[in-house]
Amino acid sequence: MKERLFDYILQLGDNSLILGHRLSEWCGHGPILEVDMALTNISLDLIGQTRNYFQYAAKIEDKGRTEDDLAFLRTDRQYRNYLLVEQPNGDFAATIARQFYFDSFHLLFLQELVKSKDEQLAAIAAKSVKEVSYHLRFSSDWLIRLGDGTEESRTKMQEGVDDLWNFTAEFFLMNDLEKEMAAAGIGVDVQALEESYYAQIQEVFEAAKIQMPDYKPGQIGGKDGMHSEHLGHLLAEMQYMQRAYPGMEW
Amino acid sequence: MKVADTKNPVWEIIARVPDPEVPVLTVLDLGIVRHVELEGKEIRVTITPTYTGCPAMDMIGANIRKELKKEGFEKIEVKLSLTPAWTTDWLSEEGKKKLKEYGIAPPVGATTDKRVLIGEFSEVTCPRCESENTHMISQFGSTACKALYQCKDCMEPFDYFKCH
Ligand SMILES: [Zn+2]
Repeated sequence: MKERLFDYILQLGDNSLILGHRLSEWCGHGPILEVDMALTNISLDLIGQTRNYFQYAAKIEDKGRTEDDLAFLRTDRQYRNYLLVEQPNGDFAATIARQFYFDSFHLLFLQELVKSKDEQLAAIAAKSVKEVSYHLRFSSDWLIRLGDGTEESRTKMQEGVDDLWNFTAEFFLMNDLEKEMAAAGIGVDVQALEESYYAQIQEVFEAAKIQMPDYKPGQIGGKDGMHSEHLGHLLAEMQYMQRAYPGMEW
Repeated sequence: MKVADTKNPVWEIIARVPDPEVPVLTVLDLGIVRHVELEGKEIRVTITPTYTGCPAMDMIGANIRKELKKEGFEKIEVKLSLTPAWTTDWLSEEGKKKLKEYGIAPPVGATTDKRVLIGEFSEVTCPRCESENTHMISQFGSTACKALYQCKDCMEPFDYFKCH
């Protein structure tokens, strides 16, 4: 059970870490200063949440590994994050689409995780849920602004939404680990969130005059370590210092 | 032994530690020091982060340790606790006053009012000219705890310590 819990916590932390890293790539490249600051603030929140998860995972594992070891010394196949969060930033509309899909899920997920029988996970969720409600406000505001904007912004927003749609499947198709953790009252029954997720998304799409893609999403793999080619490149950059100079510290 | 009385000298020592990002506030003004436990020369201080990604927490812990060491404490433990989660309701009245003098608008309303959390509260007063004719530029400001506002009367942009 301890090992399964460890894997589950890693999965949660990996999502926040990989998306946090992707957003950090916007630092200094945002379309306007306020957006640059918002994206990096969201990145900081997500990486802070990752630290909470990884510190807890390291404690559960109790083999002397630290939060940094978990972040910087695992290979792509050992990462459990959703395929969605590792997708490249693309243009600003693509980043907003990715963020909106994730934030909408993340908030629903954390609102359930606060009820976890595992006190530490419930505490991390209670802390994070406040921050994630800001994230969702930011991404839905922008989705509406771009979708209900100019011809060009609408086209780009629609493309961003279409391109990433297929990856939303992975939130709700439960693997064995998730089923086990949900049954134990520790994890979240994510399948039960599917309906309200798509209903909420539909509402924002309507406000944004964005067409909801008309097929059922189905791309999965990340949660079981089967990633797209993008994750390896991301890790190569993120882990560079620890790989080149093992054990280095600030 | 828990020391709940904030008039106790131990709390006065901790009160010397400023928040590194808003140095006019002490860690007590911020409300992030949750408990102090004292046993002879052994002391344990429990702090809670404002935001999970707050990069100042390590520095705050180190500074608390430094001040206590100066006063002769030998065994000092600074513990980080996540529950209950920090809220701006814990900012002291003194702290809110200091924020305003520093040019940062203090949080308006209590977090028990849901409107303040979803950002519908617009009665943020300009810390420079007291005008209520202000608007939000961005929910995300120079640090995680702040939003960026602008005053429509004196035109100055300013930081708002957002309700959380
Ligand atoms: Zn003013």
